[in-house]
Amino acid sequence: MAFISTGYNPAKPMENRITDIGPKDHNDFYPPVIKRNKGKWSHHEILEPGVLVHVADSGEEVYTVRVGGARLMSTGHINEICDIADKHCDGHVRFTTRNNIEFMVDSKEKVEPLKNDLAARKFDGGSFKFPIGGTGAGITNIVHTQGWLHCHTPATDASGTVKAAMDELFADFQDHRLPAQLRVSMACCLNMCGAVHCSDIAILGYHRKPPMLDHEYLDKVCEIPLAVSACPTAAIKPSKQLLANGTEVKSVAVKNERCMYCGNCYTMCPSMPLADTEGDGIVLMAGGKVSNRISDPKFSKVVVGFLPNEMPRWPSMTKAINQMVNAYSNGANKYERLGDWAERIGWEKFFEVCELEFTHHLIDDFRQQAYMSWRQSTQFKF
Amino acid sequence: MAKHETPLLDQLESGPWPSFVSDLKAQAERRAKNEEGIEFQIPSDTVDDLLGILELSFKHGRTHWKHGGIVGVFGYGGGVIGRYCDQPQAFPGVEHFHTMRVNQPAGKYYTTDYLRTLTKLWDFRGSGITNMHGATGDIILLGTTTPQIEEIFHTLTHDMGQDLGGSGSNLRTPADCLGQSRCEYSCYDTNAMVYFLTNEYQDELHRPAFPYKFKFKLDGCPNCCVASIARSDMSFIGTWRDDIRVDQDAVNKYVENDAAYPANAGAFRGSKDWGPFDLEKEVLGLCPTKCMKFENQKLSIDNANCTRCMHCINVMPRALKIGKETGCSILVGAKAPILDGAQMGSLLVPFVEVNPDNDYEAITEVIENVWDWWMEEGKNRERLGELIMRQGFQKLLEVTGIKAQPQHVQYPRTNPYIFWKEDEVEGGWERDVEEYRKHHQR
Repeated sequence: MAFISTGYNPAKPMENRITDIGPKDHNDFYPPVIKRNKGKWSHHEILEPGVLVHVADSGEEVYTVRVGGARLMSTGHINEICDIADKHCDGHVRFTTRNNIEFMVDSKEKVEPLKNDLAARKFDGGSFKFPIGGTGAGITNIVHTQGWLHCHTPATDASGTVKAAMDELFADFQDHRLPAQLRVSMACCLNMCGAVHCSDIAILGYHRKPPMLDHEYLDKVCEIPLAVSACPTAAIKPSKQLLANGTEVKSVAVKNERCMYCGNCYTMCPSMPLADTEGDGIVLMAGGKVSNRISDPKFSKVVVGFLPNEMPRWPSMTKAINQMVNAYSNGANKYERLGDWAERIGWEKFFEVCELEFTHHLIDDFRQQAYMSWRQSTQFKF
Repeated sequence: MAKHETPLLDQLESGPWPSFVSDLKAQAERRAKNEEGIEFQIPSDTVDDLLGILELSFKHGRTHWKHGGIVGVFGYGGGVIGRYCDQPQAFPGVEHFHTMRVNQPAGKYYTTDYLRTLTKLWDFRGSGITNMHGATGDIILLGTTTPQIEEIFHTLTHDMGQDLGGSGSNLRTPADCLGQSRCEYSCYDTNAMVYFLTNEYQDELHRPAFPYKFKFKLDGCPNCCVASIARSDMSFIGTWRDDIRVDQDAVNKYVENDAAYPANAGAFRGSKDWGPFDLEKEVLGLCPTKCMKFENQKLSIDNANCTRCMHCINVMPRALKIGKETGCSILVGAKAPILDGAQMGSLLVPFVEVNPDNDYEAITEVIENVWDWWMEEGKNRERLGELIMRQGFQKLLEVTGIKAQPQHVQYPRTNPYIFWKEDEVEGGWERDVEEYRKHHQR
């Protein structure tokens, strides 16, 4: 494994350096049919789950086959995507915001061979490589974060929980039976790199124990004022600590009952780890949306305060998700998003029909917005 | 033969959904065989060790990654995230496993030539593991060692014409929906604008000068497919201010349940039968402002009372089209819950033209006014939304020179505690108490 240089010289980093050139120009990446008709599309239609046609004013059509995929993807898998795109799509492909892959062809005859090719490809373990679906009134791919695969603050795994959930929800990835689209999102800690807080159903990793304090090392590896100011609830203060060997060191103290387990201190200071086998697990949220359609965008609400991490398939989590999807599917009106349905029937009924337990943990007590969520009315359902 | 036993992860190979475990295993095997004779610049068994350490996390229920160190490319303060594992003796192949964020193209369109060049580079100098794509939008290259970072950057910039994305207290890589490239709902060319903004603000993207992260996201219409309203400090959502265009013949095709005019563009073609399409119930009855009528086979819309929610257009895309006088609304301050709770974007500019011919000057003016204020007043790690909460929406209007209008609020304030400014009150605040006491005894 000899080091092979590009010609970059660390002693002269500015020599021939190219910077600030930005991304590639998308105009060079558009399929020809897209380039010709950009801004001149008339309408579209979902022909079946996962297959769309867009019709231009010119009468030209582009057919899109959408497939799911793990966003965690090897170069081997990407090369296979390229092989398919070369074979069917003249070397063009795109990805969606929700980690789906879209293969586009410019005539209807090309759709069936493409679909057959995609549907036939499987991993050695038996799962589909390119399942077709993710459109319309169904469940599309779950957007998610890194989890245990690559992150230092997660309270659960991302790829694992998503695989477990999507296996359970797979039929709805390939169907349009739901009252409206249902967006599931996953973030592995409350920092929410995945911004799951406006999803129909959100899977969220959560810690429940305050940080441990590595007093001997804390002042050596951390800026104490940064750790103190990182805390949103002012639970951390500077403190002198006596080590077992009698030396006094500068460190911090944490008022545990004020801790909200956000891990912000750990982000600023590695000597304050908070991951814990029993403490960490899953919060489920529901009823959020980002679309302005019919009703305003809204935040998801916490509907399950905690579920333990159950590797490798998180059965309690997938069971609770299934209960929500089924109750929603049975109870909501056409076009009604999960949150709109829950508001129409009332959240007290939501817990009843979803067979989820309501606990005191689900009543907001964080900052001034908490009050807005308490019931200030005699209108409720028994 | 796998390097590490992975009994827990193995259970994620079954089931229909694409298994990341199967993909990782196949990749580990490809690297072990190395049929292409690649001179791997990081350990060839790095994917085996990635599987091994992930299995350990599945066993422990805890992550085994440490904090990032300070790694990056010369002159940039973002785009590379240092990552080290906390069990390097057992898993030396992932002892150093840094991430590089590569700025994705607008609309996430690719040619296979480009992707193959990228995978070739990443097999050679990295783990061959990626995210397509990260939550912000970048192509994420997962796992390389420190000496490779400048080399990868060199190849990206010299051979591929490709730059890194943002991380840290920078402008994060802007992201968009596919916009007018393939969507008839899009009110402006999101691809062109995201490309312009990303290039215009390269310095802000690469060199941290902000209090915290700052995200731009561009949605072509109020359907908000990239969720800009929920997760970007500045959200550009396409809209229009004239009338929805109506094709009455097409409306009647929908009413007649013509097979070529499926309601909701076919989104309900599935195993559930909702019965025939009912315009009255499904469109007029669900319109949030009840501004539509259908009489004598003619649909009329009271456009002055339409809030452009997209529902009717989504249901009947062949009959109803967005208006012709299009632009975008700008909303500001959205963020996930850390620290003070989640914030949705708040409407700052109800309508602004999107004009590439003058380099979007009406939009960049708003951006730069907001940045000047936030960089001056924002505390360390304070998002724009939090600054707006702390100093008030009025302050935001003041620094952007935008006049208050009822569109800015859902409803007016419910308390009278108005912080009047001295110059708003006749005579000012300096008064003579002696003069006052002449008429009011102590």
